[in-house]
Amino acid sequence: MTALSALLSHWRRHPLQLALLLLGLALATALWSGVQAINAEARAAYARAASVLGQDRLDRLVGPLTVARYAELRRAGWPVSPVLEGRAGGLRVLGIEPLTLPREAAVSGLPALAEAGALLAGEVALVHPETLGAEALAGLELLASDGIPPGTVLADIGLAERLLDRRGEISALILDPARPLPGPVPPDLRLQKPAPEDGLARLTDSFHLNLTAFGFLAFAVGIFITHSAVGLAFEQRRPVFRTLRSLGVSARGLAGLVLLELLALALVAGVAGVVLGYAVAAALLPDVAATLGGLYGAPVPGGLELRAEWGAAGIGMALAGTLVAAAGGLWQVWRLPILASAQPRAWGRANARARAAQAVAGLGLWGMAGLALGLGSGLWAGFAVLAGLLLGAALLLPAVLAGLLALAGRGARSILAEWFWADTRQQLPGLSLALMALLLAVAANVGVGTMVASFRATFTGWLDQRLASELYLTAPDPATARAMRDWLQPRVAAILPIVEVEQEFGGQPGSVYGLVDHATYRENWPLLSASPEVWDRVRDGGGLLVNEQMARRQGLALGDEVDLPGGILPVVGVYSDYGNPSPQVILGLTAFRARYPDVAELRFALRLPADEVERLAADLRARFGLGEEAVVDQAGIKGFSLQVFERTFAVTAALNALTLGVAGLAMLASLLTLAGLRLPQLAPVWAMGLTRGRLARLDLLRTLVLAALTALLALPLGLALAWVLLAVVNVEAFGWRLPMRVFPGDWLVLVLAALAAALVAGALPALRLARTTPAAMLRVFANER
Amino acid sequence: MLVVDDIHKSYPTAEGPVPVLSGVSLGLAAGESLALTGESGSGKSTLLHLAAALDRPDQGGITLAGTPLAGLDDAGLARLRRDRIGIVFQQFNLIPSLTVAANLAFQARLAGRHDPDWTAELTGSLGLEGLERRYPDELSGGQQQRVAIGRALAGRPGLILADEPTGNLDEATGAAVLGLMLGLVAETGAALLMVTHSERLAARLDRRLHLRAGRLA
Repeated sequence: MTALSALLSHWRRHPLQLALLLLGLALATALWSGVQAINAEARAAYARAASVLGQDRLDRLVGPLTVARYAELRRAGWPVSPVLEGRAGGLRVLGIEPLTLPREAAVSGLPALAEAGALLAGEVALVHPETLGAEALAGLELLASDGIPPGTVLADIGLAERLLDRRGEISALILDPARPLPGPVPPDLRLQKPAPEDGLARLTDSFHLNLTAFGFLAFAVGIFITHSAVGLAFEQRRPVFRTLRSLGVSARGLAGLVLLELLALALVAGVAGVVLGYAVAAALLPDVAATLGGLYGAPVPGGLELRAEWGAAGIGMALAGTLVAAAGGLWQVWRLPILASAQPRAWGRANARARAAQAVAGLGLWGMAGLALGLGSGLWAGFAVLAGLLLGAALLLPAVLAGLLALAGRGARSILAEWFWADTRQQLPGLSLALMALLLAVAANVGVGTMVASFRATFTGWLDQRLASELYLTAPDPATARAMRDWLQPRVAAILPIVEVEQEFGGQPGSVYGLVDHATYRENWPLLSASPEVWDRVRDGGGLLVNEQMARRQGLALGDEVDLPGGILPVVGVYSDYGNPSPQVILGLTAFRARYPDVAELRFALRLPADEVERLAADLRARFGLGEEAVVDQAGIKGFSLQVFERTFAVTAALNALTLGVAGLAMLASLLTLAGLRLPQLAPVWAMGLTRGRLARLDLLRTLVLAALTALLALPLGLALAWVLLAVVNVEAFGWRLPMRVFPGDWLVLVLAALAAALVAGALPALRLARTTPAAMLRVFANER
Repeated sequence: MLVVDDIHKSYPTAEGPVPVLSGVSLGLAAGESLALTGESGSGKSTLLHLAAALDRPDQGGITLAGTPLAGLDDAGLARLRRDRIGIVFQQFNLIPSLTVAANLAFQARLAGRHDPDWTAELTGSLGLEGLERRYPDELSGGQQQRVAIGRALAGRPGLILADEPTGNLDEATGAAVLGLMLGLVAETGAALLMVTHSERLAARLDRRLHLRAGRLA
């Protein structure tokens, strides 16, 4: 106990160092556990969506189904329960028959309601609490249930028929697994097995993997702070360790005490980090929910639930991270020779010796990244390339900086400049971890910033091509659609029907579109590659277009064939289709009608002079009683698309900014801790005629020079990172490849931000140095530490 | 060269200020050497630090080469140290990031008085040839102290202050190093104030003063 209090007395005497250690670890844990909280919330939402009515585990009968056919099957002893599914007013409507619904398909809150007869009466619908205010449900009695995904309405099939305006229809029949089937599946129907995996979870995997990667990067930067603070605290306490050993504390006992102390600190920081992480997640979740909803149609609630598993995981990560960060120090304590003299610079020299080994390891990691790039495949290979690239660069940084500083020193004319460069080089071991953190943070900012900016530039141009028509219409039914066409004919330059049907491609849900032959498409459609006379061939039904993600995922090239109802067709063009993760095929309108004769023409794109758009939209709404969503102008769609886009990257931008902040904190932690160790090196220079103020200014300049060099080195690394994100990770995650565009103005801003972070981090230690009393300086000469 | 007039200095402690020097006066002419002896805590190092313009007295005045230190600000004191004073510390206090050659010439170059011939002569006289490209942590204690002496003399300052310059060396090495220092100081014509515990070393200087509890005995 006495030995432990001797160890802990260090922190009492260095409260700022303790605060920085705890803050670094807490921030790292917060960012990590915040991201995990967001992921856990989203995955729980997907699981909820997938498990509604047992879709993830119950067999279904599908085919041409009506109420009469259902009654016939029930009479023949089939244990089936009807489901009507569709979309209305932007909501997913699920109609069920509570009395025949298998127990395995039950939803929380449903049995009690069914028993009460509320659902049966056809007046009550179950919705998620966030969906209670939906306009489309006005006039209905709504009951809230957390078991229903947001944006979904669960109602009796009779009420669902009314809401969807599909009387007498049935989408599928759920089979009760507890009862045997009376015979083979009738030939007009098809047995549909539960989906082997949840489509939403699969689609959004890459998004969550991206978030996890950034969370881990932030955690790694935080662990750099911890490593730096713990390492220097070990060094400062080396004499105390030796004294304790010489007084009879065993090596094992001493290492155990240090371990106990570290775990206690990690526990405190971990708990604080989890609380902070909850706040980060709660702040970011609405944006993430909007992104997932906009990009993937994933129903994720904007509110956060407290989940014990990510709290425990956060504290576990804090403990594990601390142990990793302190492993080297603990090993040194274990092996500490009692009689060796205490030298503060021993740590620095050991680090300098390790520099070459680190550089070799860094080159090795780059080699591994190259191998993963050349030989690997899939998203994990992409992340392996990223990890190898970033970690390798971080390990190489001290050697590269040492080389640059040596070069600068060789060019120095005055002795002060010579000393400045030599001394800066000597500070590298103590600062290298913080500088590595800065390198990673700036590179991540450059890389992700370049990716987002490339995406934005390409996306905006692509939207202009893709949304060439001035107005987009959706009719409520075929009769209105016909009436609208007749009315529009003399009023617009062109009416371009858009027909769509859902279709699976390679096991993935996708869609087939039919487009009319028109100059709008011929002149604007964003084709990445095309056969000669591509539009003539599409018009004549001699070929089809596929989107880039379908071409990449299924390995389709021009001339390859795609199997569709009504026969195979060759691919004659590939087009970019950003923002959509699903496969998509485009046919000529005639070919589409031949293959999908039952699909009604409800949507149109209209060509007309831009100054007439507003008036025509108002006339259409007034004449046909259309809602806001039924008549959308080009600007509105573009605005919405860009909004989805901005939200998608809002989270990434927030994490990036936090990572840069954490890196700044790492620098502050290192500089403050080094400040005490530096006095013996600075005092002789002061004694020989430099003022404390000038020394402080030089110290600040040193920090800025190191930060500037690191930020400049981070630029090519960031561009390499951007390339990997655009050319490898995005292609694997989303199926599209974007051209890389560079924005040097953004780099300048980032370098200035890094310098500002370094200035803030270096200001306090410099101020302290400027205010160091002569008495404190003189203690260096009286009693060398 | 150096006039110390009735100086007082105390250090603050939890129990209140503790006086270290109480009314000390002395004078040192150019070319003269003076040994300052006394028990531990008698105020020797404090007096040397005040004379070196590293700290200010609470009371009394110090004049160096005709310049009263009391009238100088921080920058003025720094300039004075750079141009007029050479200091040799017990712990050597070389700059670890610079080579022997750079350490030797450091203060002289800082003051703009670097004389390559004189530095080369010092290097030879101090037996440091062949060590110029080494770093301080690659030298023995005696070698490090010889570099420190060379550094103090390289700018040909008017006043050399030495705080236990041989305190960290064994007796034979200490005697040799002191001999070198005295010879070179005499060669430059500088005044020397040396703090030492050793009566034997003190006897090798022109004059000797003894401090006891902050006063000259």
